[in-house]
Formats: sequence, structure tokens, C-alpha cells
Amino acid sequence: MTHLYHRDYSLTGPEAVRAVELGLANAEWYQAPIPRKRMKELMQRSDQPAIRDTLIWLAAFVVTGGLAAWLYPSWWSVPFFMAYGVLYGSSSDSRWHECGHGTAFKTRWMNDVVYQIACFMIMRNPNAWRWSHARHHTDTIIVGRDPEIAIMRPTWIIRTIALFLGIPQTWGAIRLMFTYAGGTIPEEQKTYIPENERPGVIRTARIWLVIHAAIILWAVLAQSWLPVLLFGPLPTMYGAWVHVLTGVTQHGGLAEDALDHRLNSRTVYMNPVLRFIYWNMNYHVEHHMFPMVPYHALPALHEECKPYFPKPKANMFAAYAEIIPALLRQAREPRWCLVPELPPGTEWTPAPKGKHAEHGAHVELTPAQ
Amino acid sequence: MANWTAVCPTAEIDEEDVMRWDHGGRTFAIYHSPDGEFFATDGLCTHEHVHLAGGLVMDYVIECPKHNGQFDYRTGEAMRAPVCVNLRTYPVKVEDGTVMIDLG
Ligand code: FES
Repeated sequence: MTHLYHRDYSLTGPEAVRAVELGLANAEWYQAPIPRKRMKELMQRSDQPAIRDTLIWLAAFVVTGGLAAWLYPSWWSVPFFMAYGVLYGSSSDSRWHECGHGTAFKTRWMNDVVYQIACFMIMRNPNAWRWSHARHHTDTIIVGRDPEIAIMRPTWIIRTIALFLGIPQTWGAIRLMFTYAGGTIPEEQKTYIPENERPGVIRTARIWLVIHAAIILWAVLAQSWLPVLLFGPLPTMYGAWVHVLTGVTQHGGLAEDALDHRLNSRTVYMNPVLRFIYWNMNYHVEHHMFPMVPYHALPALHEECKPYFPKPKANMFAAYAEIIPALLRQAREPRWCLVPELPPGTEWTPAPKGKHAEHGAHVELTPAQ
Repeated sequence: MANWTAVCPTAEIDEEDVMRWDHGGRTFAIYHSPDGEFFATDGLCTHEHVHLAGGLVMDYVIECPKHNGQFDYRTGEAMRAPVCVNLRTYPVKVEDGTVMIDLG
């Protein structure tokens, strides 16, 4: 079957030019009118919640990893490896994210230490991903601009399933580590990593290569798989499924090129265990609209935003009940997307901007619904 | 040559807070520090030109609301990525309960 509609998600192709021409790059986005006084309360930083959560997090690593190693190679070790893997390959996603924003802890060095550790676990170069994520916040799900669009259209179903096994992202991360370590920054990444930051990207990749080599050497000398099952790309892969499960809910099936986070992001209620692993990023519309608010204040921000936001999904089942059919449909009809219902009176039209502004920001992309 | 211009009464900005002030086609950020002093910088972040007045003042730091870049608003020094370029600062004084800025 030939798709008439096939978008170019690279950051150096025609869609990148088009996004700028249409005024979709660096645009003005909808913001819910939360009073400044309340926002100031919600933005306040504190070390206490993140210190508590980090101590629990580290203890959970010691317990699950320790029991897994102790019981290895018995099959009884498998559940402990599973739990350890989720900590290593999934909870590191949210720690990378929150500490990258610098909001998790009030004290800067604490953010930085947890950021570095989490980046290593999830295999995201700390220097490169800081800049990639800044772009993701400037141009969220704008094709040709956002380097963090996880599921592109038409949906590539096999790849989406492989994400749950951690295969494409870990393989991509290994290749990138070698590329960086060889002194090269890919052209696409040069569009968002400033020149003065690039040596840091390369230096970190080289340090990481040494650490990975040391882990492998340790396994060889010990004649045991245990070191590589506990550290490095393997736990990043076998533990990835939870962060993919939660991550797909962020933007899956929703609009591209919409300058309103309510139309391209999703808030889902999750249980306390998932919220601990995910550090409350299930309040994803709230986070994108107000990235200054730390993870521990997102439930309170959610309450403030309710009158302006679409109804959140009641749980993961409700979220996937709309996401799976949407992704399957987007495999056949890539133009189509889910359109959340906005509360009456809160609709918003971005101010026209750019060369073709007279056509509005949604030209060619009005959801086919 | 100094060009002192009245901004607002001191009471208009809470302690440890920031206010946007537009004047002559330009935009500024006026800060009230935790120890009662006033400061002024350009109003837009040097990263992607977002109004800093939507951000958070913590001691002598302003954190940008868009990507959490930080500046020392006393000196304009860029302190945390993604901001790399310093902010321009302006002399400020208080006269008869009014914050005054020197637009130079
Ligand atoms: S716009 Fe201020 S940090 Fe990016």
C-alpha cells in the first residue's frame, strides 16, 4: 500500500523548513490562566520529597539487585531481576527527566548527581539530552523540530512493540555512544546542541565507553554474566517496558503540529507504584504547560488546571483503550489523530505567525475527524 | 548619561518575586530580592526570548519558566543550561517609595 502522506521527521529536512515557515517553531502556546500567586506556591522547590524518594529508590536497588545476585543462577532470581530491571531501565527515565529540568531537588548538586546516574542507566548522554529535551519543550510534537517524537506516523507497529523490549532505543544509544566517542555529533543534533556544549557530549561518551568496557572486563574476569545483567545495556533493555508503557501515554495517538499541549499530550491517573517509578509524569499536560512545577507538586497543579483541561484518562486501561486503536488506525491513516474534548470556552487559536501565517498554524494538519 | 525612569511603587512587587515592565517598546524584568533590594534586567531570556517574569525567584536567582535556565539577576550571569548568554542588567534605585531604573 502506498501512503500518500508520509512525513519527514528529521530535523534537517523539508519539514524543518516548513515548521519555521508556518510559525510552528518557537511559537506561542496555550497556557491555562492560573493566578501568579498560586503558580508561585506550586513552583516552590524542596529537597525533602526527592531525598525521601531517592533513598527509597536506592534501597530498592540494593534489595532487588542484592537478592537477584544472591539467588543467581537459580530461576528464583528472575523476579528480582525483573524488579531491578524496572528500577534500572524505567525509573531512570523519570529521574533523568526531572533532574534534567532541575526541579526535583532544591539543591543543585543533588539534581546533578541523580541526573548523571539516571542518564547512565537509561543510556542518554547527559549533555546531548539536556538540549534535546529543551527542544522537545519548545516545539512539542512539531514535526521537523522535536527530536523526541517516539512514535512517528504511519505507525510502525513492529518498532513500537520492540520499544517495549528496549531494543531500538538501546541499540540507537550504543551506536550514538560510539559516534560521539569518535568525535562526531550527528548533523541533526547540531541543530539543537550549541557548539560550546559539543565537547562535553564527546567527553561523556568516552568516559561511558571506559565504564562499559570495565563492566565487560569484570564479567570476563569473574567468568559470570552477573555484572552485565546488573549494569550496562542489558538492564536498560530488559527493564525498559515500564517506561515505554507510561511514556507512550504522553503523546501517543494525539495531534502533531498543534500549539496547545492539551491537544498533543495526555494526563492519565496512575497508581502510587507507577507514580513513584514515573515521578508523577502521568500529569503530562500539566508538566508541559508548566515545566517549572516540581514533580511532587503536579497533583496540586492538576487540581488547578482541571477547569481548563480535557478530562484525564481514569487509568492505564482507559488510556490504552484509546491509544492502541489510534496507533493501529494511524498505521493506515497517518493524518488522523485523537482530538481531546476541551472544556467549553477554553478553545484557543494561536496568533498567526510565519510566512504562511494567513493559513493558520494548522494548515494541512487539521485532524481528519 | 543617566536616564532615571520611574517603574512602580516598591509595594507592587512582593519580596523574592519579579515583575514584567514594558517601556518604550522594550520589556524588562524588575526583581525584589529577599533582603529588600531591587534589581532590573532585560525582560526576555537569552535562550529563547521568553518573559522571565513568568519564572521563579529563588534568593538571587531567576529561573526561566520555559526550560529552567537560571540567571543571577544581580549580575545577569547565566548560571544553568540551556542559558549560555548573560542577561543585561540595569542600575536601579528607590526614591520616595518608587522603584527607578536607569535606562542609560
Ligand atoms: S527560554 Fe529561558 S531557558 Fe529556554
